Amino acid sequence: MWGAMKLAKSVPEYSKVDKIIDSYSCEKSALIAILQEIENLYGYLPAWALRRVSEKLGVPLIQVYGVASFYDAFHLTPRGKHLIRVCLGTACYLRGSARVLETLEGELGIKDGETTPDLEFSLQSVRCLGACALAPVMVIGEQYFDKMTPTKVRSVLKRVQRRDDKD
Amino acid sequence: MTKIRTLQELEALRKSLLQRRDPNKPCVRVCLGTGCRARGSVDVLEAFTHEIKKRGLDVQVECKQTGCHGFCERGPLVVIEPKEIFYQRVKAGDVPEIVSKTLLNGEVVDRLLYTDPATGRKVLYEYEVPFYKKQTRLILANNGRIDPTNILDYIAIGGYQALAKAITTMSCEEIISTIEKSGLRGLGGAGFPTGRKWRLCREAPGDVKFVIGNGDEGDPGAFSDRSLMEGNPHSILEGMVIGAYAIGANQGYLYVRAEYPLALKHLQIAIEQAREYGFLGNNIFSSGFDFDIKINRGGGAFVCGESSALVASIEGKIGEPRAKYIHTVERGLCNKPTVLNNVKTWANVPLIIKNGADWYAKIGTERSKGTAIFSLVGKVNNTGLVEVPMGTPLKEIIYDIGGGILEGKRFKAVQTGGPSGGCIPEELLDLPVDFERLTDAGSMMGSGGMIVMDEDTCMVDVARYFLDFLQCESCGKCVPCREGIKRMLEIITDITTGRGKEEDIELLQELADMVKDFSLCGLGKTAPNTVLSTLRYFRDEYVAHVKDKKCPAGICRDLIEYFILEDKCTGCGACLKLCPQQAIDAYGLIHTIDPAKCIRCGICRDACPFEAIIVR
Repeated sequence: MWGAMKLAKSVPEYSKVDKIIDSYSCEKSALIAILQEIENLYGYLPAWALRRVSEKLGVPLIQVYGVASFYDAFHLTPRGKHLIRVCLGTACYLRGSARVLETLEGELGIKDGETTPDLEFSLQSVRCLGACALAPVMVIGEQYFDKMTPTKVRSVLKRVQRRDDKD
Repeated sequence: MTKIRTLQELEALRKSLLQRRDPNKPCVRVCLGTGCRARGSVDVLEAFTHEIKKRGLDVQVECKQTGCHGFCERGPLVVIEPKEIFYQRVKAGDVPEIVSKTLLNGEVVDRLLYTDPATGRKVLYEYEVPFYKKQTRLILANNGRIDPTNILDYIAIGGYQALAKAITTMSCEEIISTIEKSGLRGLGGAGFPTGRKWRLCREAPGDVKFVIGNGDEGDPGAFSDRSLMEGNPHSILEGMVIGAYAIGANQGYLYVRAEYPLALKHLQIAIEQAREYGFLGNNIFSSGFDFDIKINRGGGAFVCGESSALVASIEGKIGEPRAKYIHTVERGLCNKPTVLNNVKTWANVPLIIKNGADWYAKIGTERSKGTAIFSLVGKVNNTGLVEVPMGTPLKEIIYDIGGGILEGKRFKAVQTGGPSGGCIPEELLDLPVDFERLTDAGSMMGSGGMIVMDEDTCMVDVARYFLDFLQCESCGKCVPCREGIKRMLEIITDITTGRGKEEDIELLQELADMVKDFSLCGLGKTAPNTVLSTLRYFRDEYVAHVKDKKCPAGICRDLIEYFILEDKCTGCGACLKLCPQQAIDAYGLIHTIDPAKCIRCGICRDACPFEAIIVR
């Protein structure tokens, strides 16, 4: 994973990250909150930012990495422009969301949790979005798509791509 | 805003609020819970605001957003006061008609009413909808009535009165014994008596103590905590302040799942408003008692629903549980005595303080008091949020409230308790739900997911699904859980892919018992429940997979085949065009599927207009 991160061309912006860390008064217990803010800023946790957090908080890098890799909220590689989330909660699973995920994997040529090489799409399964009445549900960015089927997946993807081409 | 310092000031404010509000004034309540939002209720609310303004009705008509009404299946939901006319599946385009007909002329827009499928009759009012009729809504009562972002709405319905009563008229001992007497138990799943937890913490040595609200609802298929946090955040805060006062804590934390942005937002707004009015902060109700609450966003780890893992996460560490002999009430957050309760448990507290322990103890069964909240989901007609007294039979919840099984299929099982729970078969449908009965049946209350399964659900696959979830979410600290669940998953995957051997079933049982007995925390201890309960009630399905290499429900791909019925196929070509594998051949008119190429994705079956494609 570290290898992949080195490949990601990310220019360190220490002042931005320092500002976040300082806003928590360099408090060690704020590690998760700090990482959440950095993730919000960049969409993932760049390696240089983890090193900076480790230095400034006085928390060993291995511990920072441990937290960053333990929680699902954190990502160590850059994410795509469109985040596609597929709910694999029980209600969605029973109504066929595994087929939805599989179709997306096939159409995008990536596995669950990965990002397309052109950084257009990231695919992520989630365990329950709590929108069980819409099962199986898929979310692109903030937009919900309900009662998904493999056929619907293809048409939604085409729509998103067409919209992008227009832009 | 001047802070409220006495019970009288609070009462005066409430009365002035009620005086200013005309009970006959039309008010449009639009559900902005996550379910309705996903279906476009934000646009509906905007359309109402716009239309009302456009027609200059701002003064005559009120329009407000509310939390989840519960009947997610029919969203977006709109209720029009004072009569409580209930409109469902409302679109922004319907709004001008509702304004001209209902708001201006008192007429009903017929097509937006709910039709009771049992009688075929249209239902006019919210309280007459069968889904709501059989429920007893205590905690969720105000979810669809108040604007969760406006503290005055909460005060107007009597909010913070319980806090005022507790702080100004009751001793800490009285509060704790009231909670004890009420019989309130932890609604996060385990059902530990809340009053006893509070007492243990109060008696634990130490000056610094904490209270925590657990809103890290991780069970897939459960969304009751979310709806409560989104729809009535002040009820949780009020309960936490009362609890903190009783045990002597000055700082509280709310640990909320990061996947619930709306809940986070509404709780944050509620905390700020409560501070403004003096319900949080220094010298609450002039008692000298100081208390404040901080929100922690969860990191997205299921194990953090476990108390000691949650505490570790608040401390900024990896969410790993610790051994159970160290009690959180003695050594919790920062090693200080801590009371950790689920947000639903906290929301019960003001009700008990306000109405008394006896009132609460009358609801429910002998050992499980109050109400149970379930997210009723899966293969059921009325997906939504249900609150019923403890002891309500499963059948009543699934059929009377839930409206029965989707597409008239046959009921097979109901799963409660999330990944920690088990599957309950048809024979036990009369089972009254409470903590003990569900545990006896091999399941548990859990955080309130109730997932209905029909004849098209493969129980072995369901067990595999939960094991897969749990092996991802096991923190890896203790061996029985980390390795045991993984090995169980391997065995069950073999069974679902046709590689299972007869002795695998016994091995699975043995491993399940081992993981249950020797895991460190609740996650591992309850992980085998789905396997154990499906082995107990649906062993024949395991045998069919292993011996006959068949999946009776037609789910497990390696054991099924898609087939085109000659007499039904018209050769329309719909399936042929969509098949991603080019596995469908057309010889003459009739199509056939090449099993060697077919990946059993089911796209062809979805596409066939003549139901000519079957699974066998």
